[in-house]
Amino acid sequence: MMEFPEDLRYTKAHEWLRRKGTEAVIGITDFAQDALGDVVFVELPAVGTQLTQGQTFGVVESNKTVSDLFAPVSGRVLAVNQVLRDEPERVNEDPYGAGWMIRVAPSRSEEIETLLDAAAYRAFVASEQKT
Amino acid sequence: MARRTPVYEAHRGLDPRWTEFGGWEMPLSYRSIAEEHRAVREHCGLFDVSHMGEIEIRGPEAGAVCQALTVNDVRRLAVGDGQYTLLCNERGGVLDDLILFRLGVEHYLLVVNAANTASDLAWIRERAAGRAEIRDRSAELALLALQGADAEVALRGLTPLDLTSLRPFGLAEGLVAGLPVVVCRTGYTGEDGFELLVEAAAARELWDALLAAATRRGGLPCGLGARDTLRLEAGLPLHGSDMDASTTPLEAGLAWVVKLAKGEFVGRAALAVQAEAGVERRLVGIQLDEPGIPRHGYALRRDGAVVGSITSGTRSPTLGSFIGLGYVAAGTAAPGTPVEIDIRGRLLPARIVARPFYRRVRREN
Repeated sequence: MMEFPEDLRYTKAHEWLRRKGTEAVIGITDFAQDALGDVVFVELPAVGTQLTQGQTFGVVESNKTVSDLFAPVSGRVLAVNQVLRDEPERVNEDPYGAGWMIRVAPSRSEEIETLLDAAAYRAFVASEQKT
Repeated sequence: MARRTPVYEAHRGLDPRWTEFGGWEMPLSYRSIAEEHRAVREHCGLFDVSHMGEIEIRGPEAGAVCQALTVNDVRRLAVGDGQYTLLCNERGGVLDDLILFRLGVEHYLLVVNAANTASDLAWIRERAAGRAEIRDRSAELALLALQGADAEVALRGLTPLDLTSLRPFGLAEGLVAGLPVVVCRTGYTGEDGFELLVEAAAARELWDALLAAATRRGGLPCGLGARDTLRLEAGLPLHGSDMDASTTPLEAGLAWVVKLAKGEFVGRAALAVQAEAGVERRLVGIQLDEPGIPRHGYALRRDGAVVGSITSGTRSPTLGSFIGLGYVAAGTAAPGTPVEIDIRGRLLPARIVARPFYRRVRREN
């Protein structure tokens, strides 16, 4: 059963965002990791990189395919999940926990309000699966 | 519409990820590729490879037909032997790689790649029609592969056959789980293992018995994802990715298969010329110095100039490193030679390395 935690916000490109005070943690959704299959490599930006909402911030590769990662919000990268360098499978095992990708300081907090909530994302995924 | 193997319903019960390969709907993985890969390296794994084609050649001229169409020396095969060999075209290009088994004095079986079965069959019929009886057995036969160091122990409990004396590439006919099968000591994983040919109608029952035996030994059902990472670590080329009709066996590192001295065969003249002149490019192992996945078609550079390209690659589940196969100019092919891989515009440092990337440690059962 696919999980979409209620406390997260989502993008139509299948990233999630978790607010932590003034910061935000970003990763890819359970749906995304399932569609990718075994994740074998994650390319993430350097700490300090300025992200722009909707622009690519990295790449996730599975045995099957290469996918761009899109920034859910604009902001500065505060930390990247170094564990994924040696254990990219964490993205499959725990996409909302140990498989997190980057922590950012959002520069335009109003952008977060443009993201989907869990119910809207679940409906979006359901419509994607039908096509 | 993709074809389904006789074991399809058993796979469905295990709810795998699916992939389409060579026109077949096949399990990609049941759990994760990494877990299945590890199971084969440490214990054993069971694969349904029934998408592979089986072509039977029979009759007094069957041996001569095989000798004329394949590059290895068929005269070396006694009844019960098999050999790795290739079908080449007149230019020496690799049409397919296959295992040729001698089932009887005048009875041979070619196990070929799924995507090439129809074209191999047409190629063989065109050149051998009237000289031997050629039958496509692909739909009637299933092929299951039990691979890994514990494969022999797992299989032993299911059969009275003497597996210990079955040599690599040898075959034995007998009962496994009460079902008539041909057991071959072959595989595509870099481990010891067996491939079992069985009538399609009995395939499901054999799968269930093999899976139960494998599971008792810590084994797992394995999909084509693990099959690909396992063969890559073992440095084994995949036809369609690492070689095709535009590459020769000498370029692909398969000169040891080509027996130029055996007499006439299709492709011999071209291969003899190339053997004399030397190859201009070679298939080599490539190891990255930094993380990144080398993929088919990515350019390989040295001192700024393109010297070749990647044909397949992955993150090695056993080694944790990033590995690939690719063709490079012959002057760049020596192990240790530094190259750069152009990964979507980013140049990553890498080195040519000797194949295989992984070699199994033999252990006593």
